[in-house]
Amino acid sequence: MTAPAGVGVSLGDFSVDDLETSRREFRQQLFDAGFLVPTGVDGLYLRDERFEQIARAIDAVVSRSCAGEVGRTYHFPLVMARSVLEATDYVRSFPQLAGIVNSFDGGDREHRRLLGAIDKDGDWPQLMAPTDLGLCSAACHPLYPPQQGRLPARGRVVEVYGQVFRHEPSVDPARMQVFRQHEVVYLGDADGARHHRDRWVERGLEIHHRLRLDIEAEIANDPFFGRTGEVLAAGQRAEVLKVELVCPICSFDEPTAITSANCHLDHFGAAFGIETSDGDVAHSACVGFGIERIALALLHTHGLEPSRWPAAVRDSLAW
Amino acid sequence: MDDEIRQVLAEQGKLAVEVSTIGDDDDLYRAGLTSHASINLMLGLEDAFDVEFPQHMLRKKTFETISSIRLALSELTGTPVR
Repeated sequence: MTAPAGVGVSLGDFSVDDLETSRREFRQQLFDAGFLVPTGVDGLYLRDERFEQIARAIDAVVSRSCAGEVGRTYHFPLVMARSVLEATDYVRSFPQLAGIVNSFDGGDREHRRLLGAIDKDGDWPQLMAPTDLGLCSAACHPLYPPQQGRLPARGRVVEVYGQVFRHEPSVDPARMQVFRQHEVVYLGDADGARHHRDRWVERGLEIHHRLRLDIEAEIANDPFFGRTGEVLAAGQRAEVLKVELVCPICSFDEPTAITSANCHLDHFGAAFGIETSDGDVAHSACVGFGIERIALALLHTHGLEPSRWPAAVRDSLAW
Repeated sequence: MDDEIRQVLAEQGKLAVEVSTIGDDDDLYRAGLTSHASINLMLGLEDAFDVEFPQHMLRKKTFETISSIRLALSELTGTPVR
């Protein structure tokens, strides 16, 4: 169970053990109710149809909220060109979260060794070689390479449905290793990017309020790796580039980010040769809705029986 | 110390301008130092001066100008600032 609100438990007193326990308990409730099915790997779950109905309804809410403003909508698979991990700097900044796809490229002799390794010690993965595929690091990342060139005068707004991999096994059901991000991305000038981000913080709050979620906006930073990451994180916070919308899922003391709105400055514009209509390096910004996390927030807040959720919530989900 | 700082900056900074044209108090980020180049600059300075920037120096401001880098390195190496 989650820590009760308003009992004066400070973050310092709320131990890591308590948090771990509440995460395990909520995950077990989701298993028992059948929404998620364990796979034996923390952070990787099968989802049942009721969970997917919630996910689809949230996707539809997001889509309705940007209808009429979006130029094109794309659906991206879980894998992308490995080169995108380099060009976005993702593998420099988050090597601990990144993943690439390996496969077998040997001949008969190597195949024999592979068969032996499987039977002997199970250590066959080391006989696989990297392919030119990487696991998608953020739904919008595969979007940027094809945007190379000059943007229209008013920039471009794109809706993206994507699957994302993050190597961070956890008992926290809200920290999945594979999950969906539904993004609305802006490409254009610096003012337009900042405006897009700020507007989507407001709109994101509004969407979550309509779902009767206890939501708050917080300045945040990405989990950049290591000592060098501290410089990047501090810079990101100082410039208020990332705002997360957080909601209690497993703990009131440590609410979970379920949506984030980000300014990328000209990072992707420079990396992928994207220009404004004036020929300047393009800026970009995105809002990313964490579909599974929002579904979990709804299940946690309103209970494990969606048919009994408050009418206002069901109305907002168009149920 | 300044020559060595400028040399690391030239190697790692990937600036839009020649390092020799940059004044000690010029903003390096405005001169084209990206976040990731500032990381390479930080690691390059640690190697060149055999130091490790402590937690409180792991900030963008530390690498903002040649003067601010000199100040940080002086503190770490015990060399007085000129």
